[in-house]
Amino acid sequence: MRISAPVLKFGDNVDTDVILPGKYLVLVDPKDLAKHAMEGLDPDFPEKAKKGVIIVGGKNFGCGSSREQAPLALKFSGVKSVVAESFARIFFRNAINIGLPVIEFKGISKAVEDRDELVVDFDKGEICDVSNGRMFKVAKLPTFLLEILSDGGLIENLRRRMKKK
Amino acid sequence: MAKSSGKKKVQPGDIVDATVDMVMVHDLTGPLAIEAFKRIGISKVWDNKKIAIILDHQVPAESVKAAELHKMLRFFAKEQGTRFYDVGRGGICHQVMPEKGHVVPGTVMVGADSHTCTYGAFGAFATGIGSTEAAAVFATGKIWLKVPETIRIKVHGKFKRFVTPKDLILSLIGKVRADGATYKAVEFAGSTIRGMSMAGRMTLCNMTVEMGAKNGIVEPDESTLKFLEGRVKKPFETLKSDVGTAYERVMEFDVSGLEPTVACPASVDNVKLASELSNVTVEQAFIGSCTNGRIEDLRLAAEVMKGKKVKDGVRTLVIPASQEVYRQAVKEGLVEIFTDAGALVCGSACGPCLGGHIGLLAAGETCVSTSNRNFIGRMGSTQASVYLASPVTVAASALTGRITDPREVEAKVT
Repeated sequence: MRISAPVLKFGDNVDTDVILPGKYLVLVDPKDLAKHAMEGLDPDFPEKAKKGVIIVGGKNFGCGSSREQAPLALKFSGVKSVVAESFARIFFRNAINIGLPVIEFKGISKAVEDRDELVVDFDKGEICDVSNGRMFKVAKLPTFLLEILSDGGLIENLRRRMKKK
Repeated sequence: MAKSSGKKKVQPGDIVDATVDMVMVHDLTGPLAIEAFKRIGISKVWDNKKIAIILDHQVPAESVKAAELHKMLRFFAKEQGTRFYDVGRGGICHQVMPEKGHVVPGTVMVGADSHTCTYGAFGAFATGIGSTEAAAVFATGKIWLKVPETIRIKVHGKFKRFVTPKDLILSLIGKVRADGATYKAVEFAGSTIRGMSMAGRMTLCNMTVEMGAKNGIVEPDESTLKFLEGRVKKPFETLKSDVGTAYERVMEFDVSGLEPTVACPASVDNVKLASELSNVTVEQAFIGSCTNGRIEDLRLAAEVMKGKKVKDGVRTLVIPASQEVYRQAVKEGLVEIFTDAGALVCGSACGPCLGGHIGLLAAGETCVSTSNRNFIGRMGSTQASVYLASPVTVAASALTGRITDPREVEAKVT
């Protein structure tokens, strides 16, 4: 799996209340959720993300609530992947479970600039900043998580595994 | 975790396939879980007695949308025969789960809510998950978990008057920081914890997620067994902390010097003393939530508010965490104290904590709250501010209209 898109940068401790405020949790259609993605930090985010972006986050990205609507809103607004210094653990699991590829890389927020063109290769464990020509080796996700991502999410993965049995 | 995965021993970093003893979803995470479960393509859940569905966030339904979601959950619960707590039958999920005997020491519990870590107060391994993962548990009863490293926090000393476990956990989060325990377990130990009520232990474990922790945990003792007596019907095992465990870190904390503590906007680790914030005026005071809506919390707030009036211009909301707590508060005359003081006592639910339902804030307004998060937009407008504090500090602040060290209010009376 190889993802390329321009970067949108965010800081440390981006919480799920700013990613998708609580008042929208009654919305069920992911496309409706996407309209409010990142509303707490940048109301223009859906417009900026719609052509496809990679979010580069700081420490503790996605902290707070377990709401899966947060990664869903990002995914459907056009976010192709999130690379962060570190993730809050529930957000990390949720993102993979809904098929949004996420990966940790300490140092990413200093290494890349807003709007740089980034290529993230999940199979090789490589991140390349095409704009400044820098390449980084990153710790790969465990194989079973890569399989969930390549199946498109946990439910699809579970269906495939149950069929096999 | 070894027990749940059929292994003799596990090490931090091991990934285990754990058997889940209980899974919980609520009205904001349940609908997505049910949608996901339907996509799996099986008709029956793995074990309907191990699934609890609790309506507590948008309760009672505040919109047609919420009503539709509740209807869907009711239907699924009936069709599958799961445990189900409807409006008026339960209250906040994290209070209802232990009250109704679903929290069992030495078991693995997951819930589609980040504050599921509350149940660690009873010596269970309990952690928050998302809706899709809850659906997978509905289907299989299994979940992958990475064995966490553990931070041990040993707490000693006696709390000063009007200083509470909430002040302790806020102070600890200020030290550990919002991401300081990410992926880790946080174990509370020491003489102060042994002498602490279950309510206090729940407040501590509840907020471990605000330092990033996977779970909080307290070794069960007599107090635990006393709470569970008559609630948990099946036999269970109380596990002890492993002797010779290599902790990632051991922190010692003496509460005898602790002062009333407040988390300022807009992160939980932005901690100051209540006495330093006396110039912060408030338009709303909220006493409730899965952090501080228990009878012990309401008693403390009532002690401060008894015979007094909340300041004009401060709307004060008191929300008992469950129907059981509500009934007890009525019985003890606490509801009368609050209503006499000019506070509004609402039905057991999450209330304004997550900004989804009642008690939202307008731009420029400030709320002092006993809940657990103060992020931008958490309680309504993105231009509103939330300060987190103990029930006593919030009650004192409701009386003065500004953030107040509760001992200041008491000093005035005597």
